[in-house]
Amino acid sequence: METLGNDFPILNRPLADGTPLVYLDSASSAQKPRVVIDALSECYESYYANAHRGVYQFGVQIDEALEGSRERIARMIGAERPEEVIFTSGTTMSINLVAQAWGRSQLSPGDEILVNEMEHHANLVPWQQLASQSGAVLRHIPLTDDGRLDLEQLSECLTSRTRLVAVTGMSNVLGTLNPIGRLVEAAREAGALVLVDGAQSVPHAVVDVLNPQVDFLAFSGHKLYGPSGIGVLYGRRELLEAMDPFLCGGNMISEVGLTESSWAELPAKFEAGTLPVAQAIALGAAVDYVLGIGFDEIGRIEGALLSEAQQRLAEIPDLVVHGPAIEHKGAIVSFSDERVHPHDMAELLNRKGVAVRAGHHCTMPLHARLGVVATTRASFALYNDSSDIDVLVDGIQYARKTLRRD
Amino acid sequence: MSDELYDELILDHYESPYHRGELESPSCTHTERNPLCGDRVQLQLQIDSEQRIQQAFFDGEGCAISQAAASILCEHIEGKTLEEIEEFSAAAMLELLKVQLTAMRQRCGLLGFKVLKTLVYSHDAASGASA
Repeated sequence: METLGNDFPILNRPLADGTPLVYLDSASSAQKPRVVIDALSECYESYYANAHRGVYQFGVQIDEALEGSRERIARMIGAERPEEVIFTSGTTMSINLVAQAWGRSQLSPGDEILVNEMEHHANLVPWQQLASQSGAVLRHIPLTDDGRLDLEQLSECLTSRTRLVAVTGMSNVLGTLNPIGRLVEAAREAGALVLVDGAQSVPHAVVDVLNPQVDFLAFSGHKLYGPSGIGVLYGRRELLEAMDPFLCGGNMISEVGLTESSWAELPAKFEAGTLPVAQAIALGAAVDYVLGIGFDEIGRIEGALLSEAQQRLAEIPDLVVHGPAIEHKGAIVSFSDERVHPHDMAELLNRKGVAVRAGHHCTMPLHARLGVVATTRASFALYNDSSDIDVLVDGIQYARKTLRRD
Repeated sequence: MSDELYDELILDHYESPYHRGELESPSCTHTERNPLCGDRVQLQLQIDSEQRIQQAFFDGEGCAISQAAASILCEHIEGKTLEEIEEFSAAAMLELLKVQLTAMRQRCGLLGFKVLKTLVYSHDAASGASA
């Protein structure tokens, strides 16, 4: 059968022992299509140079490719201007950039930052750090028992002191899709900004930063079928212009004296040092690839996989799938088996060629809320198909038989 | 069903652990966690006046490897002197498990061992201080 998996060289090579690879860890990092690998190679083989520095042929060519990539990313997320797209090393750096470059100058003791229990450590720890640096207070939106934000309690935690709501578009463990529109509306009324951690949500559905209008959107290239080491921070231009730089050094300055300097325009102000330029260009190729398939088609593929996986796992006795019903979530299925620890589950699934993640997935507070120390997570992407779920289910049965000898 | 990693020895100890539980009045107790996966192993020793381990008990939760290894460890160290424990190496511990662990799973297999080493060093320091 012609599936999109054919576009991904790594998915068409058996593992060392000859077993075919069933890759169900795309929420951790997605595999790369041939077009992305080619874009990287082409850059290094035919026109590589540093960006924003060379007046020679390749210097000009690389700048065109880099800025072309920025424009495509800006279009994909609905940004009004390409300079609102800042290249970073990934979601983590994007969030740290906002926490430090916006938060350090804007927050006063007693101001509040609103997060919640499902956040990835990358959208939690930078705010804890900022709170301790600024005297701001971290507050949390509680979760419902099925792992959604409890919006009934929003009015209690979103107050006139709230300056920022930091929320994930999609939980990396439960798959929960958060109601960004409602949060933006409530935050506006309270006079707070909204930062969306789009690491999980951006690869799976259309994101339009203007509708609902978010203030910051952070995401990673490597989960969007692009290279590792590159990510994006979108910020509204007025906010970015008012912010001080995060990292200081080359490229981000306008004029440098011995004692003081002035900052470059956007986006250079936030792109100190040499960018991972080939990766940034190849991320543009990933964006083209994804848009070429279209988010409607991606949603159809992943929706069908989620519905089938959820149903088939629910049929297995003593196995609990965490998180809300499928209409509230994306294509991630995290589960606990009464007698097979996630680490053993992942190890035994690996015997069948199935790659899943086991552990707390950088969400220790969420696991505490779920009352488990670890879970096993299967996450789906556009290249998976129904046969992958067959292998997963067989693998789970194999793990259960291996560890349950009675 | 047999698996290269989850062989009889590991599964026997996982299902019917040796000395899982707590001592009434241990000479020393220590707990460690593997922060990546949340595995937890507590080890309690009863050490006699000749610095010999009379009894070793473990408790905790985690994967089959970490829990079975802690059980195998308890069985192995009873009757040994602290001096002998100081000689006991990580490689020897891994050998006791009789299966090949990847670097990632060695952290599970060595969690109890790490607790033991911490216990013995702190016990040494404590008896050194009181001597």
